[in-house]
Amino acid sequence: MSALLSVDDLGVRFGGLAAVRGISFDVRPREVFTLIGPNGAGKTTLLNLISRLYQPTTGDIHFDGHCITDMKPSRIAGLGIARTFQNIELFQHATVLQNLLIGRHTRRHGNFWQHLVFTHSVREAERAARTKVEEIIDFLDLQHYRDTVIAGLPYGVRKVVELARALCLEPRLLLLDEPSSGLNTEETNDLAFWIDDIREELGIAILMVEHDMSLVSRVSDRVLAMNYGERVALGTPDEVKAHPGVIEAYLGKGDEVLALRRARP
Amino acid sequence: MRFLFKTSYDQDIRLARHSGHVLWYGLLLAFLSAAPLVLPNYWSSLITMAMIYGIVGLGLMLLSGYTGLYSIGHAAFMGVGAYMQAVLTAKGWPFPLALAASMAASAVVGAVVGLPALRVRGIYLAIATLAFAFIVQEALVRWESVTGGNHGLAVGGIDLFGWETGSPLVFYYICLLLSVLATLGILNLLRSPTGRAFVAIRDSEISAQSMGIDLAHYKTLSFAVSAALAGLGGALSAHLLRFITPDQFGIVQSIDLLLIVTIGGLGSVHGAFFGSIFLILTPQVIALAKDYLPPAIGQTVGLQSVLYGLVLMAFVLFEPTGIYGRWVKLRTWFELAPLYRKGHAKRQRTFQKTERLA
Repeated sequence: MSALLSVDDLGVRFGGLAAVRGISFDVRPREVFTLIGPNGAGKTTLLNLISRLYQPTTGDIHFDGHCITDMKPSRIAGLGIARTFQNIELFQHATVLQNLLIGRHTRRHGNFWQHLVFTHSVREAERAARTKVEEIIDFLDLQHYRDTVIAGLPYGVRKVVELARALCLEPRLLLLDEPSSGLNTEETNDLAFWIDDIREELGIAILMVEHDMSLVSRVSDRVLAMNYGERVALGTPDEVKAHPGVIEAYLGKGDEVLALRRARP
Repeated sequence: MRFLFKTSYDQDIRLARHSGHVLWYGLLLAFLSAAPLVLPNYWSSLITMAMIYGIVGLGLMLLSGYTGLYSIGHAAFMGVGAYMQAVLTAKGWPFPLALAASMAASAVVGAVVGLPALRVRGIYLAIATLAFAFIVQEALVRWESVTGGNHGLAVGGIDLFGWETGSPLVFYYICLLLSVLATLGILNLLRSPTGRAFVAIRDSEISAQSMGIDLAHYKTLSFAVSAALAGLGGALSAHLLRFITPDQFGIVQSIDLLLIVTIGGLGSVHGAFFGSIFLILTPQVIALAKDYLPPAIGQTVGLQSVLYGLVLMAFVLFEPTGIYGRWVKLRTWFELAPLYRKGHAKRQRTFQKTERLA
């Protein structure tokens, strides 16, 4: 199967710090691909490189046949890449509905002048956008919050709204930055179901950064483990969890771990 | 209290959300249409002023209240519009064409001034616009062959394709028509993808970008539209005042405009008009009050500036959402009475990252 997103020898330096070094991988259509690694491993940096918020120093990123290495960040969404942020970046003073409608920006209709007079076709397009947004609201059970301003919503719901906004783009690849951070067990459970549904029903590939290993094992097809900006292991969740390099990255060297085990009574 | 049952998406797209809107805005329009025929001339000229400043305020509201870009040089765009109008009408251009040209000229200047907005934000952008305003004012003073320099420029009456009139009544209706059109245009923009893109940029540039919003395009557009409205207001005020000088479009005027949007209530279309009414009425009220105050206070030079300053400080401290915010609270009070409680309008402020640690 050909890759949807392929990252080739990607690297970025901030001054003397090589935050990401020579990372290569690809994400296939309808795949859930997870990046794991200790704090500061460069996972979010990698996500920011792909969504073009950072400019890579080396390497190339290709999405669906387009080279996006030098593309403006605002053009990525039009190609079909949507993302969420680790520290929720919603439009605070707008309602849930307005936030989701902004997610339809890449599929907007009409130019400035048509918007100024609000022509018939713009009105039609607004209705169509609303219909699509309502589908997403139903998909993620947000009916109750439709007209609430973001500033008044609990954290868990905001996370879902951000996911919903990304889905409103009708993307082919969804980048999720720690989707379960700050969620309780129940909300994390819902998230796991939604991730499955997003892949199965909407046919969207997901590239996510995640720390919760039970969630990772449950939803991921493949996992890339990183440490100090470099690749440690790549494979199925079970393969990666058993990889000595991954255990070392999280817990320390093998004999140190063994020493810990022996010390236990 | 009114309960809205939503049965179609059009209810959220329509400008008048319910029958109450139709009634009240209809009454307002009827009042404004009848006002110059009923009220004394003095009052209808005050309303004309308020409408002109309302148009300029709308422009600044779009820029500051909805796109989150602050400008302390907005009077310069008014100046560009006013001088363009004066020069073109003197050359014999009919009023509507000259007006369109003035708006276009201001829009172009606005787009150019918007360029620093692509790089700097907040107070730095405000300083850049301030510097620009000084440049424009200086240019108006020095370019004597066109602008007449400090001697100013006389502006003629309104020439509607050969039918010339200096009647304040006609001018009133022209201002009314244009301010209604400007308001409708802004409301249309705000309910369409363009307006949502502005709001997105105001609230989070980084996620606006990730949603596919081209920051450079929309910031420039916001500046251009805002400047075009300021230019329109400037051109109209040139006709109203009949005589323009560069110092009318200086820093004081810019601050007045900033007062309009801040006191009116940032982020509301109503606010632009509330603010301009405040700006027009306050000097009148102060003038009236002077006679009743002790002479030591009433005759003080600069009383008006001091009062303005106090009012502005009071608003920033006690009602950051401006007159419009106060109005919304009052309306909610009436709708909910006797259930209204003091904390009703309070937003949860500390509901972000630290909240989960508490």
